[in-house]
Amino acid sequence: MYGNDFAPPEDAPGGGLLGEVEAAEAALREAAARARRGGPGPDEDFEAYFADVIDADQKIEPRDWMPEAYRKTLIRQIAQHAHSEIIGMQPEGNWISRAPSLKRKAILLAKVQDEAGHGLYLYAAAETLGISRDELVELLLDGRQKYSSIFNYPTLTWADVGAIGWLVDGAAIVNQVPLCRCSYGPYARAMIRVCKEESFHQRQGYEILHTLAHGTGAQKAMAQDALDRWWYPSLAMFGPPDGDSTHSAQSMAWKIKRFSNDELRQRFVDMCVGQAEVLGLTIPDPGLRWNDERQAYDYTQPDYAELMRVIKGDGPCNRERMAHRQRAHADGAWVREAAVAYAAKRADRKKEKVAA
Amino acid sequence: MSGVFDFTLALGDDALIAAQRLGEWTTRAPEMEEDIALANIALDQLGAARLLLTYAGELEGAGRDEDDLAFLRDDREFRNCLLVELPNGDFGVTMAKLFFLAAWQLPLYTALAGGGDDRLAAIGAKARKESAYHLDHASLWVKRLGDGTDESHRRMQDAVDQVWPYVHELFTSDPAAPVDPATLRADFDATVAAVLDEATLTRPETRWTPGGGRDGVHTEQLSYLLAEMQVLHRAHPGASW
Repeated sequence: MYGNDFAPPEDAPGGGLLGEVEAAEAALREAAARARRGGPGPDEDFEAYFADVIDADQKIEPRDWMPEAYRKTLIRQIAQHAHSEIIGMQPEGNWISRAPSLKRKAILLAKVQDEAGHGLYLYAAAETLGISRDELVELLLDGRQKYSSIFNYPTLTWADVGAIGWLVDGAAIVNQVPLCRCSYGPYARAMIRVCKEESFHQRQGYEILHTLAHGTGAQKAMAQDALDRWWYPSLAMFGPPDGDSTHSAQSMAWKIKRFSNDELRQRFVDMCVGQAEVLGLTIPDPGLRWNDERQAYDYTQPDYAELMRVIKGDGPCNRERMAHRQRAHADGAWVREAAVAYAAKRADRKKEKVAA
Repeated sequence: MSGVFDFTLALGDDALIAAQRLGEWTTRAPEMEEDIALANIALDQLGAARLLLTYAGELEGAGRDEDDLAFLRDDREFRNCLLVELPNGDFGVTMAKLFFLAAWQLPLYTALAGGGDDRLAAIGAKARKESAYHLDHASLWVKRLGDGTDESHRRMQDAVDQVWPYVHELFTSDPAAPVDPATLRADFDATVAAVLDEATLTRPETRWTPGGGRDGVHTEQLSYLLAEMQVLHRAHPGASW
């Protein structure tokens, strides 16, 4: 009864990318099937062994030795990814109570539920690196770890729910599909699963906008307004331009990242132009035009000063998003404590029974 | 309440309003697993509501679909029981509401599944499986909170005291309905007594038996709930979404 019963057009968003996810999944299976060389030899140091595994496109698994910086980078990246899923529930959750039809309400509820699931899945992947979920949640609540800048923008109309699906989930997929081939096994496997669902969400978002763009004048205006507000924040999701990106080079060498921020941003723009045309909506960039030489679209860069302001905590909703999460956590403390106390009592009673 | 249409509409409204309240928990639950569980239960209730309201619209024969019934009726036309429209309160109040609702819906849907109306039987067969899960989930939390810490025991007992009077309305006798709600009482009482006992909780003595939901006479809460739920739909008459 989710109502996901529309047929996607051939060139629907996510179509080609989903193929890449499946290819990555096949490659993962092949890599697992290939006899992996057993641990490092007696004369070999761990670093050389680690480099070998990366070179051979094999996966690093939790019990393998890894450089401390590799572990730290992965913890930071996977945790921020998990936090983004959890904070990302808020802007969309904002419209569950007001969704304009029961079918849309059901789809939105299911989507936000999926996001919580992605968050749990990613926290579990991060835990394989030797940190607990409770610690990670503390880091988020204390503001010591970040989440995606995009979720600091408000959802002002129903069309924003569609724009988030199409653009925000679209950008996330473009970013995450290469991570399906990332060198750390648990993260790669998480990304395969997450990308499949995200691609589904993206299609649903696109469908919301498509319906609005082909609806009444007021609905079409609502759709255009949402695109106008979400376009540049979505482009900024790929991070600072390559020249200013601090983690990129090392992450690429470790095969955590496979493409640069600017490469992925370009891929996203090229993908969106045709889709916006099908919607009959205008991308709010007067500088957008096809470049025959580059075989790609030229476009106007997002305002990176704004991106930095939002990342540092001064976006429109940063305070609200954090306060909301902190409040939910604090309000729920008595419930979590009760669950622990109940479990302890049960365990004690079981022991008494066994002893008697 | 009488007849299949009124009965179906009332059950659909119960499920719809319950879903709306549960949906309010999204991003606010005490732990992430519970966020997922509450959204899941909200989704089940919404799914049942859609089937029931669609069928009610067909029975009525006036061309109203699920969205017309959900978004274009005022609170005086809603037929849900008062229990589901009560505000969420704290997590204990929400679990008390869900526990009593599920303990009622499970035998109700089970009876419907074996009844003579094919559509209601099909809906009952689907929904009773979900209700069994809701009942299990809520029972576990009632026990955890009731038999957890002193604080959680106090809050859970408060929640039961607050919500208990509204249970009465669920069993108002209606011999003309496809399932007479009065016949569900014994089953409900047995379920509730076992769980509350294990949770070290007591049922309050009460003479107060609020009702009126089935006649469209609600608490002051429903109008606010509907204002929020219907705002966008009503702002764009005739639009598709």
